Amino acid sequence: MGIAELVDGPLWYFSVAVFVVGVAWRLARIIVAPARTEFSAVSSHAAGGAAAVFSRFLPRREMRAASAYQYGWGYLFHVTLFILLLFGRVHVEFYEARIFGFSWVTMPDWLFLLVSELSFAALLMLLLYRAMEPVTRLLSTRGDYFGSILILLVMLSGCMAMDQTAEPLRVIHLFLAEVLLIWFPFGSLMHAFLFVPSRAYTGAWFGRRGIAA
Amino acid sequence: MNKVPETTSFEKGVDAMKAQIDARVVSYLSSCVRCGVCADACLFYTETEDPRYTPIYKTEPIRKVFEHEYSFWGKLGARLGLKRPLQESDLADWETLVYDGCSMCSRCSMVCPVGIDIAYVIRKVKEGLAAAGYCPDDLVHAAERAIQIGSPMGVTAATLRATLRAQEKECGLPIPLDVEEAEYLCLLSSGEIAGYPEFIGSLAKILDHAGVSWTLSSEYFEATNSGVQLGSTPLARQLVERIVDVAEKLGVKTVIMPECGHAYSTLRWDAPNMLGRALPFGVVHVLELLETLYADGRISIDAGTDARLTYHDPCNISRRGGVVDAPRRLLGALAPNFVEMREHGAMNWCCGGGGGVSANSRAEPLRRRVFAVKKRQLDELGADMLVTACSNCRNMLADGLEDHEMNTELIGLTELVAENLVSDEAGSVPPVNPSA
Repeated sequence: MGIAELVDGPLWYFSVAVFVVGVAWRLARIIVAPARTEFSAVSSHAAGGAAAVFSRFLPRREMRAASAYQYGWGYLFHVTLFILLLFGRVHVEFYEARIFGFSWVTMPDWLFLLVSELSFAALLMLLLYRAMEPVTRLLSTRGDYFGSILILLVMLSGCMAMDQTAEPLRVIHLFLAEVLLIWFPFGSLMHAFLFVPSRAYTGAWFGRRGIAA
Repeated sequence: MNKVPETTSFEKGVDAMKAQIDARVVSYLSSCVRCGVCADACLFYTETEDPRYTPIYKTEPIRKVFEHEYSFWGKLGARLGLKRPLQESDLADWETLVYDGCSMCSRCSMVCPVGIDIAYVIRKVKEGLAAAGYCPDDLVHAAERAIQIGSPMGVTAATLRATLRAQEKECGLPIPLDVEEAEYLCLLSSGEIAGYPEFIGSLAKILDHAGVSWTLSSEYFEATNSGVQLGSTPLARQLVERIVDVAEKLGVKTVIMPECGHAYSTLRWDAPNMLGRALPFGVVHVLELLETLYADGRISIDAGTDARLTYHDPCNISRRGGVVDAPRRLLGALAPNFVEMREHGAMNWCCGGGGGVSANSRAEPLRRRVFAVKKRQLDELGADMLVTACSNCRNMLADGLEDHEMNTELIGLTELVAENLVSDEAGSVPPVNPSA
């Protein structure tokens, strides 16, 4: 079996399995961890606590200026990433062939490249911020850098492989995407799922007190 | 580093932190993306620009325990020597970060993009530090006095009685003590008894005006909880049990928590969880009671001050307590020139002395430095009068105003209400004279 066959076949299935099982395991860890029963009398304003799951998508008024960099580049990266994943022609063709068996509307390749550049730039700005700002430099782990750099490499190789004329580039891109899937459940990329329980816990806690968190 | 010999044990600290790792903490420790947004919500960071004061960084000890004990990469990394597990020296380092550089104000918890209640996790770190004996001597001694004497400041029942006699003279009313089957039991903070006894006379005047059945207790009168400030749930539980015992013995329906922030949030929200059962009585903050009495027409208050007046929200009463609207309704009636600071209510800036910082003399220089944020808020507003509802905040604000030679008048909201009570028939009720 050649490298291309390995990446297209067994490694693809293995990476998807690790991703699915790993994510499920991380979520299950929260579900099976001991939960504390709340005994305090509920405030009359308790409804709406879970609204924090949605309200935290935007910074609070008091924090807008201070967090403009992280939110601005963060939003640009996340939104463009989802657009690329969901509407990139090559991606949709891949999903049709390998997962779903059907396709949907895609964006033209020139737009894909433009969005890719924006996404790449946003992630680069976030990575530079992480490495250069004293606060994030102090907080960040090797895993944080690894995850960011891995995504950058996936995007870079994806753009290079887009016209699918160079088979090695396609294989490299898919291989990096598979490494990303394998890494995903073990690092902070899991925030893509875990923001929901975290926001819900906090929203409920403050919501019981009548505070919109 | 201040080690308490009888409790020092690194393993105890680690075990205590492990015991705190429930579903909520697992979710929080797993979801942080280390974006650093929380830094700008913390006055200890904004006023020092020292990244070590970043709120989430203060949770590092429990994150390390979690990673080492429960995560695949943490276990593997430790075995391969790639990851350094928590060490005793870390506890010494984080003792100063957590006890001196965090007022547990929870402002960071309001801004985390992934929703981590960072103050909740810092509180869990405190459990470990306290269990290991890495906590400030001042807080340890305060907790010892609270357990042995019943007051972290050493205020005794005799001191209380003397204070009540003085306040009875000031307000011209008898102050009920140890009355069984009263509707309300009012607790006091030692800080009020020692520093702001006029709160008691003011409350007596208001409750007498409203015809409320109430009492104080000489057996146990302390509202504050040194166990919470230290970070020790076993100690906190002991102190809560004393309140429950005396309230049950007197047969009261509701306990009034005085102008003290953490005392209210502890009894109202945390105590039932410490005990594992609902409290057999209601808990109300004095501002909630005053606002209810006002809304029900049982007290009338006059717009008695023309001062440009603002309100400092005590974090544990507003953000962590949920009492945001009641003081504003009262102030709306009392002061036509009531103005809000730009950041107020659930996003107020802390006075800098919460979470035991005010009781920790080692933290005083830092605490005075971070007051700069409150000074900026007040300067921006140009207020003549600053009102608050927590004796600890009041002490911190008084210190800060003095340090910066500011002429802003400082007063407790309960006193302001008492000063502006209006009798239905005979005009204004005579004001309570502060016994400074």
